[in-house]
Amino acid sequence: MSIDNLFSGSIQVVNLGLNSFLEALKESNTPHVQVDWKPGLDVEQSIIAKVDKHKEKIDQANREVTDIIASGSPFLVGMAQAFEVIPRMHKKLILHAGPPITWDRMCGPMRGAIIGALIYENLASNPQEAEKLASSGEIEYAPCHEHNSVGPMAGIISYSMPVFIVKNKTFGNETYCTQNEGLGKVLRYGAFSEEVVNRLRWMETTLYPTLKKAIELFGEIDLKGVISQALHMGDEVHNRNRAGTSLFYRIIAPAIVRTSENREDAAKVLEFIHGNDHFFLNLSMPASKAILDAARGVKYSSIAVVMARNGTDFGIQIAGDSKKWYTGKALVPDALFFPGFTKNDANPDIGDSAITETAGLGGFAIAASPAIVQFVGGNASDALNYTMEMYEITTSESRYFQIPSLNFRGTPTAIDVRKVVEKNITPFIDTGVAHKEPGVGQVGAGVLRAPSEPFEKGYIGFASLLDD
Amino acid sequence: MVVKGVIKNKVYFDSVSLMRIGSELSSMEGVEDVAMVMGTNENKSILQVSGMLLSEFSDSNGNDLLIGIKANSDEIVSKVLDKMESLLESLQKGDSSSTTFVPKSIDGALKTLPQANLAMISIAGKYAANEARKALNRGLHVMIFSDNVSIEDEISLKKLGKEKGLLVMGPDCGTAIINGVPLAFANKVRRGDIGIVGASGTGMQEVTSLISNFGGGVSQAIGTGGRDVKKEVGGIMFLEGLKALKNDKNTKIITLVSKPPHQEVIDKIAFELKGCEKPVVALFLGADKEQLKDFPAEICRTLEETAQKSVELSLQLSLMREVDFTNDDILKEKAKKTSNQKYIRALFSGGTFCDEAGILLRDHLKEIYGNHSGKGILPLENLFMSQKHTLIDLGEDDFTVGRPHPMIDFSLRNKRVIQEASDLECSVIILDVVLGYGSHPAPDAELAPIITKALSINPKLTFISYVVGTDADPQNRKQVISALQNAGSLIVSSNRVATLFALEIVK
Repeated sequence: MSIDNLFSGSIQVVNLGLNSFLEALKESNTPHVQVDWKPGLDVEQSIIAKVDKHKEKIDQANREVTDIIASGSPFLVGMAQAFEVIPRMHKKLILHAGPPITWDRMCGPMRGAIIGALIYENLASNPQEAEKLASSGEIEYAPCHEHNSVGPMAGIISYSMPVFIVKNKTFGNETYCTQNEGLGKVLRYGAFSEEVVNRLRWMETTLYPTLKKAIELFGEIDLKGVISQALHMGDEVHNRNRAGTSLFYRIIAPAIVRTSENREDAAKVLEFIHGNDHFFLNLSMPASKAILDAARGVKYSSIAVVMARNGTDFGIQIAGDSKKWYTGKALVPDALFFPGFTKNDANPDIGDSAITETAGLGGFAIAASPAIVQFVGGNASDALNYTMEMYEITTSESRYFQIPSLNFRGTPTAIDVRKVVEKNITPFIDTGVAHKEPGVGQVGAGVLRAPSEPFEKGYIGFASLLDD
Repeated sequence: MVVKGVIKNKVYFDSVSLMRIGSELSSMEGVEDVAMVMGTNENKSILQVSGMLLSEFSDSNGNDLLIGIKANSDEIVSKVLDKMESLLESLQKGDSSSTTFVPKSIDGALKTLPQANLAMISIAGKYAANEARKALNRGLHVMIFSDNVSIEDEISLKKLGKEKGLLVMGPDCGTAIINGVPLAFANKVRRGDIGIVGASGTGMQEVTSLISNFGGGVSQAIGTGGRDVKKEVGGIMFLEGLKALKNDKNTKIITLVSKPPHQEVIDKIAFELKGCEKPVVALFLGADKEQLKDFPAEICRTLEETAQKSVELSLQLSLMREVDFTNDDILKEKAKKTSNQKYIRALFSGGTFCDEAGILLRDHLKEIYGNHSGKGILPLENLFMSQKHTLIDLGEDDFTVGRPHPMIDFSLRNKRVIQEASDLECSVIILDVVLGYGSHPAPDAELAPIITKALSINPKLTFISYVVGTDADPQNRKQVISALQNAGSLIVSSNRVATLFALEIVK
C-alpha cells in the first residue's frame, strides 16, 4: 500500500495555491515546487468530460502526429513562379496570410499589399484602379495555407511571384513561399509605392533566376540542418534570422558565382541577401509548414498544425480536423516601436509566420535567442521562462531543434489544444508590427500571446467530432 | 519646443535595446519624442520619415549612436540625456538577477520535481476537485485545503484515492503533519510514536501541540476534512488513515479526533479497530455515551484529555499536571466584579474550541448563545452582537467573506474585543491564540494592545487566553505568552482549562 511508502520514505510536495504554505516546507528542507495555477479557458465542463473520455485514443493519435513532426525533413528543392507550382493558382487569385477573409474586413496593410500586387501583376495601373478592382468581386481571395503556401505579414502571393519550393522528403509534400523583400517599405507590410513594385519586379527578373540556377546546382538544401545550426547561433528563426540568413548565404554564394551569367547581377543578389537579416524567414516558414502539413488529417489528433493571422482574425487548424479554421479577434502585439510610432499606429497581429511557433520555433524557442530578449522584458531569464512555459502546452520536445542555454533541450513542439484550454496558457508568438494604414510599412517588433478564442472554439469543434 | 540631436561616436547598441530605452525616455514628462538609432543609412531613412533626421546627424555612420530629442525645454533635454546615460550604462552592466521558472500545472511541476509524492491544493474550491483528480491520477497523495468542493466530488476523489492506495486529506482539511512536516495550518511538534487521524483542523492543532508540550511526540497526523465522517462519505479516508497507522511501524499509539461521526461510520471504525494491537485513544467531541457503547478505544471528552491520555500511553507513565488556576485566583477575579458582570464572551478563531467550550459549559450554565448552535447552545439573534453567555467561532463564513481567516487577520476579533469590553454585562473574555505555520506571524503584536485598551475601558474585566502551539513554532510562544500576560490577560494551557476557569468566575 502506498500510504505505507509515503510514511516510510520522505515527502516531496507540489503546492497548488497559497504561497504561505511553502514556509514550513522550506524550513524543514522538504523538496517542493510551487505551481502558478490559474483556471482553464472557458469551455463547458461536459465538453471537457467528453474529450477526457477519449483520452487514450487522442493521446495515441497525438503520438502519431509527433512522430510525423519529428521525422519531417524539409529541403529547399527549387524555385518557380507561383502559377507553375501552387495548386489552383490563376491570374485573378490572390493568396493572403491567415484564415479566410473578405475584402471588406481586411486590415489596412493587407489591402495595401493587395493594391501593390495588382499593380505588380499589371491588373491595375494605379492604386485607385487597383482598389476598385480589389473590391469589385472579380478577384478571388484565399488563405496561403489552403494552397500549400505561407507568407509573412500580409502574406500576399500573386500569379507571377517567384516562390521557393520546399519539400518534406520523408512524406513527399511540398510547400511554397515568396522571397523576402527586406525591411522598411515593403509589400508584406502593406506598402505599394513605385519603389515597392519596382523591387518586386527586380526580384522576379534578377533575384529569382539567379537564385533558381544556384539552387539547381545543388539540387537541394537541407533546411532542417540550417535551422538547427541557426538556433545554436542565436536565432529563433522568426524575429531573428540573422544566423540562418548568414548560413544560407555561405551555402549559396559560391553557387551564385558559378551559375550567374552576369557578374553584376550576382553581386547585387549577394548584396541583397547580405543586407536583409530576414531573408531566411521565407525559408524557415515553408520548412515549418512542410513539417506540419504531413500531420494533417490524423484522425483524433488535437495537435495544432496551423496558427495564422490576417490582421483581423487569428486562426488555427487542428490535425484531426484540418480543413476547418477556428478563429478569434487578432490582438495588437506588445512591441517596441521605431522612433515616431506608438501602439496607436500598430495593426493587429498579422502573418503566417506563426507557423514557426506551431513547429516549436519562434517564440517557443526564444530562449535560444538572447539577442532579442529585449522584446520580452530584457532579461535572458525572461526568455528562458517563456520557452519553459511552452513545454506546458506541447506534447514533445524536438529531436533536432535545441536550446543551448537549456543544456540543448529540444524545443517545445506540437501544441496540444487540450493543454492550451486546460491550463489557460496560450502560445507565445514573436512578431513584426505593421502600421495599420496601408502604404506605411513596419513600425516595430515585439511579442504577444495568441488569443484564447480560437483555441476554445477549436476545442469545442474537435470535441464535436468525437462519439458521445 | 526644442529639437536637439546628439551623436555618441563609436559605440554599439542593438536596435531593440535602443527602442526600449527610447520609449522609456519618450514617456518622461515634457518630452514629445526620443529617437535612438545607430547611424546606418536604413536607420537614417526611418528618421527621415518621422521628421527626426536632424542636421547634426549628417556626418555620422553605422558606428555612431544618434539621439534625437523633441522636448519642451533645454532643461528637459538635459534631463533626458542624463537618464539616457544611466540607462545605457545599466544596459552595458547587464542585469544578473534571474527569476526561476514557476510551472503552471501539476504536469509542469512534475517535470521540475519528478519524485513529488504529495500535492497540496488550496485553489478556489470550484477547481480543486479537478486538480486533485489529476494529482491522484499521477500517483500523488493529496491534501485539499480548499473548501466549497461538492460532496459528490469528495466521494469520488476519496474512492479513487482508496483504489490507488493514496491519501485524500480534505476537502477543507486545514491541518496535517506527514513525516514530521507541518502542512497548511500546523504546528512544529516533537516527532514520536503517536499517530493521529482527525476530522477537525484546530482540534488536531491543539492535540498535537499539547502532546508535544506534555513530552510526547507525533508520528503522523492525518487530516480528513470534517465531512469525511458523515454518512454520505462514510469515513473512507478516516478508515484508510487508520489502516495506515495500524501498519506504520513508527506509530505505537493511535489517536482519533473528530466531531461525532455518523453511527454507521462509528461502527465501521469500531470494526476496523477490532483486534488492533496498538492502544487507541478516541475523542468524538460531543458524542453521546450511548453512541460509543462498546467502542474499542479509550474514550476522551476533551482535546486536552486526549493529548494527555495519548502521551501517558506513549510514555507509559501518569502525567503530573500543574494546576493552571487556584481557588484564590477565582476569588480574586470574582471580588472585582460588579453585580452586572455576569457573562462569558468567548471569541474563538478555531471552530473546534467553540464546540468544546459549549460542551463543557452547557450542563452548568443557562442562556448560552453562539453561532455553533445545537444542544444547549441557542442561536444568536445577531451574530455581531453578543447576548448573555456567547461563544463565537469567528472562522465561520459569515465573518470570513472577503477577508482572511481570523488566525491570520485579527482585525474583526480585535473590534469585537473592544465591543465586549464596553458591555457592562461582560465579565470574562476568552481568547484562543493559534500559533504555527499558516497563522499570524506575531499575534502578540495584534492582541496585547487590544487587551490593554479593553482593560482601560473596563478594568474589572477578566481576560483568559491560551496559546495553541509549541516553542518550536515560527512564532515565539514564550514571548507571545509574556506579552499577553503583561497586557493583563491570564494565561492557561488549554481551551478546557480556560473554559472551566471562566465558568468558576461567573458561576
